[in-house]
Amino acid sequence: MSGSYSGIPRWVLAVAAAGALFLLVPLAAIVLRVDWTRFGALVSSEPSRAALLLSLQTSGTSTALCVLFGVPMAFALARTRFRGQRVVRALVLLPLVLPPVVGGIALLYTFGRQGLLGESLRILGVDIAFSTAAVVLAQTFVALPFLVLSLEGALRTAGTRYEAVAATLGARPTTVLRRVSLPLVGPGIVSGAVLSFARALGEFGATLTFAGSLQGVTRTLPLEIYLQRETDPDAAVALSLVLVAVAVLVVALAHRIHEGTGP
Amino acid sequence: MMRRARQAAGAVVVLSLSACGSGGQARETTLNVYAASSLQVPFEEIAEEFEAAHSGVDVQLNFAGSSDLAAQIRAGAPAEVFASANKATMEQIAAEQLLASEPRPFATNVLTIAVAEGNPLGIESLASLAEPTVSVVLCAPQVPCGSAAGDVQELTGVSLTPVSEESSVTDVLGKVSSGQADAGLVYVTDAAAAAGSVDSVPFDAAAQAANVYPIAVTGTGGDLAADFVDLVTGVQGQRVLAAHGFGKPGR
Amino acid sequence: MNLVASAKIPTRNIDLRLSLSAGETVAVMGPNGAGKSTLLAVLAGLIRPDHGSASLNGKTLYDDGAWLPPHARGIALLAQDALLFPHLSVLENVAFGPRSAGASRSAARQAANRWLQEVDAADLAGHRPSRLSGGQAQRVAVARALAAEPALLLLDEPLAALDISVAPVLRRTLRRVLEGRSAIIVTHDVVDALLLADRVVIIDGGRIVEDGPTRSVLERPRSRFAAGLAGVNLLTGTTAAGGLHTSTGLQLAALTEEDLPPGKDAAAVFSPRAVAVHRLRPTGSPRNVFSVTVTDLEQHGPRTTVRAGHLSAEITTASAADLDLLPGTGMYFSVKSAEVTVYLL
Repeated sequence: MSGSYSGIPRWVLAVAAAGALFLLVPLAAIVLRVDWTRFGALVSSEPSRAALLLSLQTSGTSTALCVLFGVPMAFALARTRFRGQRVVRALVLLPLVLPPVVGGIALLYTFGRQGLLGESLRILGVDIAFSTAAVVLAQTFVALPFLVLSLEGALRTAGTRYEAVAATLGARPTTVLRRVSLPLVGPGIVSGAVLSFARALGEFGATLTFAGSLQGVTRTLPLEIYLQRETDPDAAVALSLVLVAVAVLVVALAHRIHEGTGP
Repeated sequence: MMRRARQAAGAVVVLSLSACGSGGQARETTLNVYAASSLQVPFEEIAEEFEAAHSGVDVQLNFAGSSDLAAQIRAGAPAEVFASANKATMEQIAAEQLLASEPRPFATNVLTIAVAEGNPLGIESLASLAEPTVSVVLCAPQVPCGSAAGDVQELTGVSLTPVSEESSVTDVLGKVSSGQADAGLVYVTDAAAAAGSVDSVPFDAAAQAANVYPIAVTGTGGDLAADFVDLVTGVQGQRVLAAHGFGKPGR
Repeated sequence: MNLVASAKIPTRNIDLRLSLSAGETVAVMGPNGAGKSTLLAVLAGLIRPDHGSASLNGKTLYDDGAWLPPHARGIALLAQDALLFPHLSVLENVAFGPRSAGASRSAARQAANRWLQEVDAADLAGHRPSRLSGGQAQRVAVARALAAEPALLLLDEPLAALDISVAPVLRRTLRRVLEGRSAIIVTHDVVDALLLADRVVIIDGGRIVEDGPTRSVLERPRSRFAAGLAGVNLLTGTTAAGGLHTSTGLQLAALTEEDLPPGKDAAAVFSPRAVAVHRLRPTGSPRNVFSVTVTDLEQHGPRTTVRAGHLSAEITTASAADLDLLPGTGMYFSVKSAEVTVYLL
């Protein structure tokens, strides 16, 4: 690698450096703006701890749901052919480009008390309005496409040759899935799950619109930051740094897993 | 190659300068007014009256949450007039020596109960919001409408258990109009602006916890800014504000 | 009849009929794109033909209505690449078939060990596939396919991806394990057909153009493709110590894996590419050297086939020019003993 000819003009690297600075300087600005003398007190206050704990719990649950539904979705998209597949694929990935607040409105009119399914759910005794479950729904809605997209890519790259061999060795489709397909794309699933977790952790718009904001129930870390900003900008900055730290940790983890699968 | 690119860039600069020039001839002076979101409708009317009375002046209105505006002013935004939705924010700005005039209260706003259209649950008083079957949404205590809601509870002794504490009045109205919540406490002016999607149920104690809006000229403002403040606090401004549901501050 | 199959796929221009007796090995040959691999995929259940039917030992694989999924067919497929599951050890790879058939973990491991032994790869059991050489991996893949105890084994150019130095060894292993087994082997190498198959089927343009015992197809080719194949060097005679005594009186040295009993009818084959051409008799290394007279030169691009009676050599056109070859010139052909395969007839 070192010393080999890259063939990239210097000006491209200069523009790339400018782009990187654009992303990094705001993060540095947060760190510089932190009031370190109060940092410990700010991030360990009761509302802050409640928000962080809730964020971790709901993001974890959302990630589990993403894996549960996203893995079969990725297989269906990558390994089968059906009419309208391209359209279905585009629609499934839509939350990636949708403003989260739009997702929140969509969820409101689906699972809300007067929504498409909400009334039926209410008859069954399930009311998810303003509950932690609503937060999980909002996070899953925005995070699921990340897992589907990353796993679908991994599945396409892997191809189906190993699966064909396994089938001719007498393995039933479920056995092939369990013993061949899933282990082969295991790293893809893990890195997709990590991405989903990160996305769920940062979810704000859909949660605010759909789930509301109540300490310990629906007020996740991003909502807490937004609220703290009203009265105590220092607390907001301190909590932002916590969120940045968790995000960095998650991305680093995903990167490591990805590196680990290299040849 | 390089030179041609530079010439092209030069041409763009000249063009944009001339565009500015031609636009600037009609209005030579601008006045930057920063006002709380709830003031949007009356202030747009007042600004029109001000422009009519001051030819050549363009009033630029910037609406946002009071604390957002305060943060912008601290960061050096070119505000000349600041109208806040609560005293506390204005006092912070005053304490930081960012004002050129004494803040003057110019309007009050009171809370009201926002309910779904037609008031299906028949809510009549603050006390009926305390019933466990009614889901209530409030503003969070950190924002003005939330601190007002706290004051009302303290005054009346009615203790509410909200299902959600929102960051803005808009979010409270959204939860009520979508049917997620049965009722919410918002300002009368907000309920009036949202008429058609929510109904408003006034209650007695609201007046005792009225929210006072102060206005002031900021450090960068001059005579024109002072004129604008006079217009808002004068008869004309007060008439417009009253037409949109705002109350008169007591002295 | 063990296998009776017909398949039509108009979009791929495929219209094939094939049958196989129990225990028979058929070599399928033909130009690229002729439909050889498609035939295997249809039989394995990876491609569904538009028309046709097939049955294996009386069990219907497919017909116009029915279709048996790959895992229920009892047909194993060995491809050019070993395709060992990278996340499983060698032993677990070989145990995969028995496990899928419902064998207990220990029974599957036992079977896997037995099959690894069968292909002389018992020492690789604990390895990860990524640590194996190409030849070792293919050896394990053979064991894995056999461990599934298929009623029919399909081999799609199993030696094509291997080093020229490794292929002959694995070829001998295949010859041993395919003995008495129903198998179809797609190959480009006539040596495979001669050594591994009882019968050769030539496919061209999606149709079978020739079908018969290997030696008669190669000796009396009727299709252009088979005629091209006949270029392989094939000498018959009787086995002798370290090689073959040909009926024309030549002594051929060959490396044989197992000791062949002397005095038996046998044949030796080697590829024209393995033959070097010399003006003067080469000395030194223990090679097979034949004094020949050039009868024909046939240039195809960068390579030239030099024919001398029933022997032929394929060398670069540049070296053919250097040697100043002309029909009638006296020359020497040499071939290393490692390149010569001797088998009993």
